[in-house]
Amino acid sequence: MAIVETRDVLKMFGDVKAVDGVNLATNEGEFLVLLGPSGCGKTTLLRMIAGLEQPSSGDIVIGGQVVTALPPRARKIAMVFQSYALYPHMTVAKNIAFPLKAQGMAREEQGKRIEKSASMLGIGHLLHRKPRELSGGERQRVALARALVREPAVFLLDEPLSNLDAKLRTSARDELQQFQRQVATTTIYVTHDQVEAMGLGHRIAVMDAGRVRQLGTPQEVYHNPADTFVATFLGSPPMNLIETPEYSLGFRPENFLPREVYGKGDALLSLPCRVTRLEYLGSDRLVYAVTEGKLGGHRVISKLPSNISVFMQPGERHEFALPEKEFKFFDPHTGLRAAPRAL
Amino acid sequence: MATPERGASSQAPAKSLGGLLDRPEWLGPLMIGPAVLFIVLVVGIPFLLALYYSVSDISMGDRTMRFVGLKNFIAVAGTSNFQTSIVNTFVFAIVSQILVIVFGTALALALLREFRGKWFIRFLLLLPWVAPISLGTIGWLWIFDSTYSVLNWALEALGLITPQGWYMWLGIPYLAMGSVIAVHVWRILPLATVILLAGLSSIPQDIHDAALVDGAGYWRHLTQITVPLIRPIMLVAGLFGLVFAFTDMIVIFVLTRGGPYDTTQVLSTLAFFTGIQGGDIAEGAAIALFLFPMLLAVAIGFLRVARRAEVV
Repeated sequence: MAIVETRDVLKMFGDVKAVDGVNLATNEGEFLVLLGPSGCGKTTLLRMIAGLEQPSSGDIVIGGQVVTALPPRARKIAMVFQSYALYPHMTVAKNIAFPLKAQGMAREEQGKRIEKSASMLGIGHLLHRKPRELSGGERQRVALARALVREPAVFLLDEPLSNLDAKLRTSARDELQQFQRQVATTTIYVTHDQVEAMGLGHRIAVMDAGRVRQLGTPQEVYHNPADTFVATFLGSPPMNLIETPEYSLGFRPENFLPREVYGKGDALLSLPCRVTRLEYLGSDRLVYAVTEGKLGGHRVISKLPSNISVFMQPGERHEFALPEKEFKFFDPHTGLRAAPRAL
Repeated sequence: MATPERGASSQAPAKSLGGLLDRPEWLGPLMIGPAVLFIVLVVGIPFLLALYYSVSDISMGDRTMRFVGLKNFIAVAGTSNFQTSIVNTFVFAIVSQILVIVFGTALALALLREFRGKWFIRFLLLLPWVAPISLGTIGWLWIFDSTYSVLNWALEALGLITPQGWYMWLGIPYLAMGSVIAVHVWRILPLATVILLAGLSSIPQDIHDAALVDGAGYWRHLTQITVPLIRPIMLVAGLFGLVFAFTDMIVIFVLTRGGPYDTTQVLSTLAFFTGIQGGDIAEGAAIALFLFPMLLAVAIGFLRVARRAEVV
C-alpha cells in the first residue's frame, strides 16, 4: 500500500498542455477515480504515474519516494489497460507469471502466487488457454490477475470496463469494487463514465482540459459541484443552468418537479414552463421545457420518477417548482461556485 | 425477378465495352487474364520444357532429341562440381538468410523509433532494393577488385592491413563465399527490413507498455514479447528470402562466376554454365530441376506458416 502524489505535474505535447499542473494525493488504500471527457488528460496523467510518459515538469511521488526518473518496473505499480494488453502468444498462466519471472522469483513461489490470484478472480480453469480463446470478461479478469500477482503498492486501471457489454459491465463493476476493498491496495482508475466513477470511487477527481476541476467524494462532486463544468458533466441528464448577467443558477433535474408534487410547507421557487418534449425512459420520464415568466427563455429538463404520474403533453404550460435548498449559484464569468444569494 | 424495364436496361449496355466491364463474370477473368498469361508463358512453359529436356539428350547444335530417362540426373549427381554446388547452395542460402533476419530485425527495431533524419536512413536503406541488381553488383565488383579495391584501401588507411597484405576478396575461397554472401545480404536486407517493420508496427503499443510495467528489461522484452509476436512474419520474410537465395544467380554470376575453383558455384549458376554456356541443355535442365523439390518444400512451409500466421 502506498500514497500516490502528483506535484505540479505538467505534460506538453508540442504546444498543447495535455496535463496542466495537476496536484493530487491519494489516501492509503483509496480507490481514486480520474473522471473526465475524452482528451481531458486523465489517461496521460495515469501513464505518467505509471512511468510510461515523462512529465514535462513536476514530480510523481509514490510511497513518499520521488519516482519521476524511475522506469515503470521500479515503481511497484501494476496497470490494467483498456485493451487488457494480454500477451497473445502466451497462455493465461504464462501471462500471469510474466511479471514474476521478470522479478526472478523462484518457480515454486511463482506457482503459488499464480494459483492464489487465479482463484481469487475465479479463472483457475482458464490457465491453459490462450487469450484469444477467452471472452471479454475473462480477459479482463486475467489482466487483473496479472496485475494482482506481483502484489503491487498501487493499481492503475485505464478504463478496464469499457470493452465489456452493458450487462457484463455492471457485474464487473461490482466485482472490481469488492476486489479492491478486499486487497485494500491504493487504486487509481481512469474513466469517462460517470456511473462507473460514482459507483466505484472513494473519491473522484473530475478533470477537464488538463486540470483537476474538483476532487471529492461522489456525494460532494454531485451535490456540491465546484464549477459549472463539474455541474454539467455529472448527472444524467446534467444539471440545469439558468444564466443571467448577475448569476448562474443550477439545479438538478430530479429536484425540478411539477408544483403539485411538493407540499405546502416547503420553501419553493415556482417556475412556469412550456413543455416542448417528453421522453419515456422506463423508470423515469424526462420533460424538456422552456421557462417562462421572470426567469423565462431557458431550456430546462425535469426528471420525473415513474411514481409521479402527473399528466403532461408537449405544447402545454405547466407550473414547475424547485426547493430553495437545492439552488447552486455560480459566478457567470468564471463558472466557479458562488455564495447563495437572493434571486 | 427482374421487371421488364430492368431486364431491358441491363441488356442494352452489355453490347458496349463499358457494359461488359460492369459484369463481374467478364471483369474478373479480364483482370486476372494478363497475370495468368504471363505466368504460363514465362514460368509454366519453360518449366515444362525443362522437365522434358532433363529426360532427353538435347544439346546445342543438335536438333535430334531422344528420351534417355533419368540418365542425366544420375550423371550429374556423380560429378564433384555438382556435389560442391549443392553444399555451396545451402551455405549461401542459409547463412545469408540468417544474417538477413538478424540484421533486418535490428534495423527494423531501430527504424521503429523516432529520430532526426529517419526519412534519410529509410531512403538509404531502400536504395539497394530499387537500384538494378546488376548495376549494384558491378559496383561491388569494383569494391572487391584485387588491384583497386576501395575496401582494401580503407583497411590500409585505418592501419588494419599493410600494403602487402591486400586481400584478394574474390580470389580466395572463403573470402569469395563471404563476399557473395555479403552482397546478397545487402540486396535482400531492404525487403526483409520493410516486412519486419510492418510486423513490428502491428504489435499494439499497449503490449509494449504492459511489458514495461510488468518489469521486463530490454532483452526479456525483445526475446519473450517482441520476437515471438513477429515470428510468423519473420518466417514469411525468411522463407521468401530463402527461395530468392536458392534461385537467384546474378550476384554470383557477376562477382565470381562460381569461382575460384567452384567454391562459390551454386546450383543456379552451375545449371546456367552447363546448359547455356556449355551447350549441354539436357544436363543443365537436370541440374536446375534438382532445386525443384527443395523449393517445393520451402514453398509448402511458406504457405503453412502464412496460414497459421496470427499477429495478436
